[in-house]
Amino acid sequence: MALLVALPAAICVAYVLARYRFPGHGAVNALVHMPLVLPPVVTGYVLLLAFGRNGPIGSLLRETFGISFAFNWTGAALAAGVMAFPLLVRPIRLSFEAIDPKLEEAAKSLGARRIVVFLTVTLPLALPGILGGAILGFAKAMGEFGATITFVSNIPGETRTLALALYTATQSPSGDVAAFRLTLIAAVIAFGALIASELLARRLRKQLGAEDA
Amino acid sequence: MLEVDVSGRAGELALKAQFSASGGVTSLFGQSGAGKTTLTNMIAGLVRPDEGRIAINGIPVFDSVSGIDLSVQSRRIGHVFQEARLFPHLSVKANLTYARWAGRRPSTRSFEEVTGLLGLSGLLNRKPGTLSGGEKQRVAIGRALLSDPQLLIMDEPLANLDQARRNDILPYLDRLCNEAGIPILYVSHSIEEVARLSQTLVILSGGQTPAYGPVADMLARTDLGRATGRHEAGALLEGRITEEADEWGLTTVDIGGVELYIPDLDGATGEAIRLRIRARDVAVALEPVSGLSIRNVLPGQITSISEETGPYAEILCSVAGQTVRARITRASVAELGLSEGKPVQLLIKSVAIDKRQRAPGRS
Repeated sequence: MALLVALPAAICVAYVLARYRFPGHGAVNALVHMPLVLPPVVTGYVLLLAFGRNGPIGSLLRETFGISFAFNWTGAALAAGVMAFPLLVRPIRLSFEAIDPKLEEAAKSLGARRIVVFLTVTLPLALPGILGGAILGFAKAMGEFGATITFVSNIPGETRTLALALYTATQSPSGDVAAFRLTLIAAVIAFGALIASELLARRLRKQLGAEDA
Repeated sequence: MLEVDVSGRAGELALKAQFSASGGVTSLFGQSGAGKTTLTNMIAGLVRPDEGRIAINGIPVFDSVSGIDLSVQSRRIGHVFQEARLFPHLSVKANLTYARWAGRRPSTRSFEEVTGLLGLSGLLNRKPGTLSGGEKQRVAIGRALLSDPQLLIMDEPLANLDQARRNDILPYLDRLCNEAGIPILYVSHSIEEVARLSQTLVILSGGQTPAYGPVADMLARTDLGRATGRHEAGALLEGRITEEADEWGLTTVDIGGVELYIPDLDGATGEAIRLRIRARDVAVALEPVSGLSIRNVLPGQITSISEETGPYAEILCSVAGQTVRARITRASVAELGLSEGKPVQLLIKSVAIDKRQRAPGRS
């Protein structure tokens, strides 16, 4: 869920950072990377201040759309998304930068409008990087702990993510079995994601004619 | 019809170009760094000139006075780049039809016609990564042709190919230039390609266009030596095959009342061809010479002798209404008493006529 929302946003930000130089370029870049270097608890606290029931963005969203992030699962997803964002942006941006703008020029000379050029040339060529970013982001989102517990707490059935549940289980004396089961689930999901990404990447490489590279 | 009169910058170089070309193939010729690619990018709309005007078929695509600056997409210029720039994730077929499905360009030219013309029928399902350099370039040309262009720009399409690949692709270019039906701007620093393919020659030197005009006239000019590169100097002769290869393997070519004998030229009787004769392969005699191995001896009349210092003189001679260029030493000029208007015999070693420079002439 977090990934679905964060990925398109990350692609946009990565593209803009890769292709354009504008005033504030560095500031945007820094802002995107903030969650990577800040202690997760700080990020969670900032989210709580901004998106909490009485926070500026939180109250605005609640009054206009009736959406609330505080202390429910959407909040957990938001926290995971924000924490994963820099890990998404980095590899995607690198793969955009690796694409020769000359190919985009060629596409334009064939009459394709900018958005069409992006969809038919730039995006498909960046797919391996996007995939890499998505896997990293997924891993981060699954393991996210600090920002989530600070922002939306640890409410069973509502904001209890896998990592939080595991933590809860280890805290109770009788939780060994549950903890072991959760560890297994985490391992299976992670392993599955890695295998899937590897297979996808291999297929993409073949499609891009990697024998040429 | 292409009219260009622009000024701008190409890196460190100040670019100021002015020429106009009617239909057919126009060559933009100049040494590396003369600003050729920048100029073509200005015409294509990839680089913005500081000021000036560019018009195709009388319709301006750029005009700094009236503020016209059409986007790359709306100029309808097919652009073949030095590197083929094929889309690596798409099949050859999807590359070829890209302008139709992504650029929404109409299908004015039949797909089969273009793939046939460029010999692409067998490659359609391949990926660009598996193609040779020459094949890539042919796909790139086809892709540009299928974009319904009103002008085709080819920016040194052979520059990144070795000689063998070049020889593979040149026959396709011959056919393309004859059958494309749209004006072509062909950029090159090879005088052989220019002489073979084009009707109009624009010389670009140090960012300026000192001269342009019909290719035979331009090659005959002796004042452009520095721009064209001295060792390349030569002249073009238009002719027609009158007799196919005889028992000695020599083909007879008529260049307007005078016949030349050319080895290893496989062409049919009546075919129009174009011959390039390098100035250094022509010798001058005052009288017909006997006991000589050279078979091609042309009677001509000196029309000009270059005023140059240095050991060599460039001599232009009129032969059957066409121009032949000779480079001989100034010492010989003095010794033979050569002067303008003097009738001479021009000795051309027949092997100097290279069959690779055979090209369909204007007919």
